[in-house]
This record gives sequence, structure tokens and C-alpha cells, in this order.
Amino acid sequence: MMKYLWLAASTDIIESLRARWFMVYTMVFGGLVVILFAFGLAESRIMGFTGLSRLLITYIQLSMAMLPIFVLITTVRSVAGDREAGIFEYLLSLPITLGAWFWGRVFGRFFVVFLPVFIAMLGATAWGMVKGVEAPWQLLFYYTGLLMALAWCFLGIGMLISSLARSADVAQGAAFVVWLTLLLFLDLILLGVLIQEHLPAETAVAIALANPMQVFRTATMMLFDPQLVLLGPTAYIILDNFGRIGYIAYALLYPTALGSACAGLGYLHFKRSDLP
Amino acid sequence: MIQFENIIKRFRRHQVLKGINLTIERGHRVALVGSNGAGKTTLIRCLLGEYTCEGRVRVDGMDPRRFRREVLSKVGFVPQLPPPLRMPVGQLIRFSAGLCETDPGRMTALADQLGFDADHFHSQPFVKLSGGQKQKLLIAIALGRESELLVMDEPAANLDPQARRIFFSLLAEKKERAAMLISSHRLDEVATLVNRVVEMDQGEIVLDDRVADLVELSSRLYGRIRLIQPEEAFARAISEWGFTGSESGRVWEGFVAGPDRLRFLGLLSRYAALLSGMEIVEAEEKESSVHVV
Repeated sequence: MMKYLWLAASTDIIESLRARWFMVYTMVFGGLVVILFAFGLAESRIMGFTGLSRLLITYIQLSMAMLPIFVLITTVRSVAGDREAGIFEYLLSLPITLGAWFWGRVFGRFFVVFLPVFIAMLGATAWGMVKGVEAPWQLLFYYTGLLMALAWCFLGIGMLISSLARSADVAQGAAFVVWLTLLLFLDLILLGVLIQEHLPAETAVAIALANPMQVFRTATMMLFDPQLVLLGPTAYIILDNFGRIGYIAYALLYPTALGSACAGLGYLHFKRSDLP
Repeated sequence: MIQFENIIKRFRRHQVLKGINLTIERGHRVALVGSNGAGKTTLIRCLLGEYTCEGRVRVDGMDPRRFRREVLSKVGFVPQLPPPLRMPVGQLIRFSAGLCETDPGRMTALADQLGFDADHFHSQPFVKLSGGQKQKLLIAIALGRESELLVMDEPAANLDPQARRIFFSLLAEKKERAAMLISSHRLDEVATLVNRVVEMDQGEIVLDDRVADLVELSSRLYGRIRLIQPEEAFARAISEWGFTGSESGRVWEGFVAGPDRLRFLGLLSRYAALLSGMEIVEAEEKESSVHVV
């Protein structure tokens, strides 16, 4: 099983590395770091954060907006597109179990979507160190964990959508709607309105805790705003119920679990439906 | 070896297969013919476990959906339309050989025999190959392993005559121990390859008949064609079959693969007005007569 899973994963990795979307994706995240350096963010001092820490915080905030949509679009297009183009008809006539094929693709794709983001972050840290700036290792590890959880979560959602959709266009449309919905439920956009409309704070917090983008956002905010002042009154509920460490653990585990559940559902559907 | 029992396949309300019953044994070479939309591809996909369906599909007693690896390890599949794979040729061979637990060198050697130098195109994306090259590689992958069931959708359509001759001889090596299911919308394309014809129409089997198995897959015919006058278009066409012409361009000689006789006669019929004489005999017969002289 592991041999076939590895074969499927390595095939997806090599296919992705040759694809145009991967070049664009890599250039966007690599370019982002270059731009942040160019604007001198590594030398700036804002809210007590200086140098590389400041750069990483900005980078991670931008990643939150871009990573999910990139992962969703490329995943759903690739899987549903391959099915539509007739690639599944041939490749799935080879003796591979559906489990090895599906999960091989998931792991291969995870490696491909996470790698450029991580390398850009690592590159920024390395460059900063060359320039004599102190490297915030703890922050780097924490953000790496958060980014992995976020990428895995949206990869799982993408695999679920691509398993359900019968055409690449439908899959892409659905992915965009999912991303837009989660974006709308970010605290500063919709939750503010909901609270203004006297929605119970618990409901607002429940929405915030269910939205993986918001979970990621709150967890990253926690580092430079430990009291979550920016989040408003809902911060009390979060901090009272979870505590700082508890919330960090939740921010790492919940998106991972959500992504796994979505990918699992996608696999069950894939296994039971027509393949090509 | 293969059993279809009351197979029904629906796409929403449209019934594409309407209760197919069919048994295929080893040694059967079945032409699955029918017009577009007859249900041939759907039946093949049910056989490969790619479609869910009502009824029972069994390959050596196993459900291809539940025992994918066991069943598909026995199957060599050549699709009608080559998939638009971006992966390079070398990787496709490695990937397929890895899954089929066979030596990639065996597939490469077969591709080479068919006239496709896989080593030369090692880094070339599969999708960028020509139609004929893709077909040769897919055939090499299907035949370069221990397949007991060959499922092929118009497999020789894009092959040149030389590659077709080698392809037929490769099939001949497998004909006793394997079953073959060759799909085509034209019977004349595959008639000389098979010993059984199954015709489908609108999701049903309308004909299931044994046909005379007189043409050896590995046989060859010797041909000598005389023309009234030399003709450039004819010279080009017959050269593709490996025929060589006399200096005057009026006499052409060469060999044709036995199963390709109908196709060859089809070529000659296009130039019927040019022909002044024609001799076509079994190659062995010709060789022995030359020997006697």
C-alpha cells in the first residue's frame, strides 16, 4: 500500500512542479517576501515588533488571504480537470487501489502547496540572518505549524469539492463560493455587523471558532496582541474558555481535523462513485 | 474468465446498458463493435471497475471494483483517446511498471520494437508526442507486463503499417493464454484480429457470433503490384507500407501483415484504375517458390 501511495504522491508532485500554476504560485509567495524586504519591513518597528518578526507577521497575514484560495482553486481544477480530460480513465485502469491513489494525491499536493510558502518564509529568515538580524525561531516554528494546518484544511476541502463536482468549472465555482463565505465570516467584516445586530456573543464566537480562516487569524494575532484587543468583546470568551496555550493548540488541531474530515468524506464519495 | 451478468448502467434517467449478459473465456478474441453511443466504452469501464453498475461483473470470479489490484494486474488497457498526460515518457513508464510490478525495460524494449524510441523521448511530456507515438507507448505499457486480458479501443488506428505488423505479432504471442476485447465502431478494422464478434446497439447486445479464425495474427503476405504508369501519389502511399519500387516506378514489391490484408486492399482499391497486375500470396508460399526456382 505504501509503495503505491508513494508512487501516486511522487507522480502528483512531479506533475505539479511542471505545471504553470505552480510557477505562478511560487512566484507570488516568493515575490511577496521580496516586496516585504524591498519596503524595508525587516527594519521597521511597529507595535513593539521589529525586524524579521514584523516581516513574518505581515507575511502570515497576507498568506491567510491568499493561501486558501490558491490551494482550493489549484486542487479542485487539477482533480476535476483530470477527470474531465480523461486522465482518470487511463491511470485508474492501472492496478492501484483507490485509497493509494486518492491519499497519494492528497499528500503529494500538500507537499507542493506547502513547500513554496515554507521556503519563502525560511528564505526570508535566512536572508535576515545574513543581514545580521536576529532570527525569531519560535515564531517561525509556530507559524510553520499554523500554515501547515491551514494548507491541510483547505486541501481537504478542495479534495471534497473536486470529488463531488463532475466538471472543473463547477468545482472552481464551488471553491470560490466556499472561500468567499469563509472570508465574509471573518471577524472584522461580518462578525462586527452581527454583534452590532445584538447577536449573542456565544453565537458570534461559535462562528469564529468554526471558520478555519478566522481561527488562523486569531491565532496569529495572539502573538502580537495577547489580550486580543483587536478582536473586541469576543476575545474574553475565547481567552476564558481556552486560555492562550489552549487556543494555540486548538488553532493547530481544528483546521487539521477539519481538513482530514473533508478529505475523508471526499475519499468515501470518490470510492463509491463513477471514477472517470 | 469474464462474466457480465445482467449489467445495467444508468446516467441519471438515461439507461446506457440494458441488461448485458456476456461470457468471455481465455483464447477468445472479441470484436466489440457498434456505432457511437452503443455502450461499448461504458461496458469496458464497468469491466475495469471504473463505473458502478447494477448486476455482476466478474473477472476470474473477482469483482473488479472490490479487488481492483488483483483484477487490474491482469488487464492491459489501451484507450481510444490517449490521455493528455503532462508527465514525461520516462516517468509514465516507471509509474506504470511500478504499479504493475514489472521491469520498465520490458516496456521500453516493446516500444522500441514498435518503432518508438522511449529513451530518446525520455523527458518529453506524453501529451506532446504525436498520435502514433502515444499509441505505440500505450500498447507497449499494456503488453509489456503479465496481462491475461487485453482491452483495447481501436488500438491500431494510429499505427503505421510496420508498427501494425509488429503489434499483430505481439498479439499472436498472447492469443492462447489471454482474452482480448477489441472495441471499434467498424468491424472491418478489426475483423482479421478476432474469432468472435459482439455487436452492441443502444445498450444491448444484438449479435454474438463466432467467426472463422483463418488469418494467423503473425502471418505475412507477399505483394507484387504492377501499374499502367508510374504515379507519385501511389508511390508515396505504398512506400508507407514498406514496399519498394522498380526504377520505372511501375512495379512495387513488399510484405503486408496478414491481419492487415483488408486495409491493404482498401488502399489498392483507391488506385484501381492504375493497376495492370497484382499478385498477393502467403509469404511462406512465395519464399518456398522462390527457393524452388
